Amino acid sequence: MIAERVTAQNISDNEFFYGHKACGGCGGSLAVRMALKVLGERTLLTLPAGCMSAVSFNYPQMSYANNAIISAFAGTGAVMSGLKAGAEAMGLKDYHVLGIAGDGGTADIGLQALSGLIDRNDDAIYICYDNEAYMNTGIQKSGLTPYGSTTTTTPAGSKGKGNIKQKKNLFEIVAAHGIPYAATASVGYIEDFATKVKRASQIKGTSFIHVLAPCPTGWGIDTSETIEVAKEVVDTGLWYLAEFYDGEYHLNRHPKVFSDVTHYIRRQGRFQHLKDEDIDIIIRSRDKTWKRIEGFKE
Amino acid sequence: MIRPSITEKNKIEKLSRLPQGGSCKAGVLIEKNAGWRNKCPVYNPDKCTGCYQCYMYCPDGVISKEGKGISIDYDFCKGCGICEKICKLQAIVMEGET
Repeated sequence: MIAERVTAQNISDNEFFYGHKACGGCGGSLAVRMALKVLGERTLLTLPAGCMSAVSFNYPQMSYANNAIISAFAGTGAVMSGLKAGAEAMGLKDYHVLGIAGDGGTADIGLQALSGLIDRNDDAIYICYDNEAYMNTGIQKSGLTPYGSTTTTTPAGSKGKGNIKQKKNLFEIVAAHGIPYAATASVGYIEDFATKVKRASQIKGTSFIHVLAPCPTGWGIDTSETIEVAKEVVDTGLWYLAEFYDGEYHLNRHPKVFSDVTHYIRRQGRFQHLKDEDIDIIIRSRDKTWKRIEGFKE
Repeated sequence: MIRPSITEKNKIEKLSRLPQGGSCKAGVLIEKNAGWRNKCPVYNPDKCTGCYQCYMYCPDGVISKEGKGISIDYDFCKGCGICEKICKLQAIVMEGET
């Protein structure tokens, strides 16, 4: 994959997502801001219900400076195909079609529309910002909520230990479609994420990026810790940075020694109730994942 | 540089000014976010080397490049403190809002 690395020096100065009402320290808004800075003004953006549409489409205020539309919750992928067809019919040149949805809007509610989009292989970029629960409606469990996390629908208490399900493997679900380009990223490694958006924009056909974006409100961390936590989740091996193209998986970052999972878990309010044996379950599941992904190309 | 700014254009005074068909002009802001902040980032240009990591990681995009350093738009800064944590040289320090 050849694409110029996006850095602080060569990224555009324009801001297309500005003055929005997201909470302080929001990881999702950073991912959206970066994606739009890379793709530029001629981006046709669609968002379903979720934080990133709720914080910006507050008429008469409109925080996006590019063309943006809210889709039905389940219809992000379908609206992206529609935007592409419309732009083609109008004879537009030099533009990008972008869809940005949260983890619930991608892995649960919008999964079939995403699957259809990849099947049609329309030239568009789908970004899933994953804050690991339905944060916009007040922290309910989604298909991408990790094991042990407390949410309002999986509360921790004397009878429950939070979410008992493992996170869906969305990256490999998408890759299994034979998509031209798919990647995972974290807002803690923002240049890596921005470069992946750049690569996705150069691909003909559908591309998909799954970016982990901590939510201070839902995760129970300080607003200033978003980036630290987003870096730490990669360093502990609980999240990995990888790409899928030409039918093969590629691992971008392979920590030789994982950093301490207990430190990552203990600093977050949503995991406060977990005992040491629960953390062992998390570590065992991480080791199992890494056994599988070690076969990925470097 | 493109960046949405405060404007009166979308302000509704009469019912007849409501847009038809559910669409409106993009990049229009009508109020500031400064009131959300209880800590304020204070920038010290003498310590800054211009690595622009604070600019890259700001979720609100309020930090912009200016010469060899940066400038902060206090109208929209929410005071999250990410810039202070990301700066290895302590060129940005969070101070209590008065």
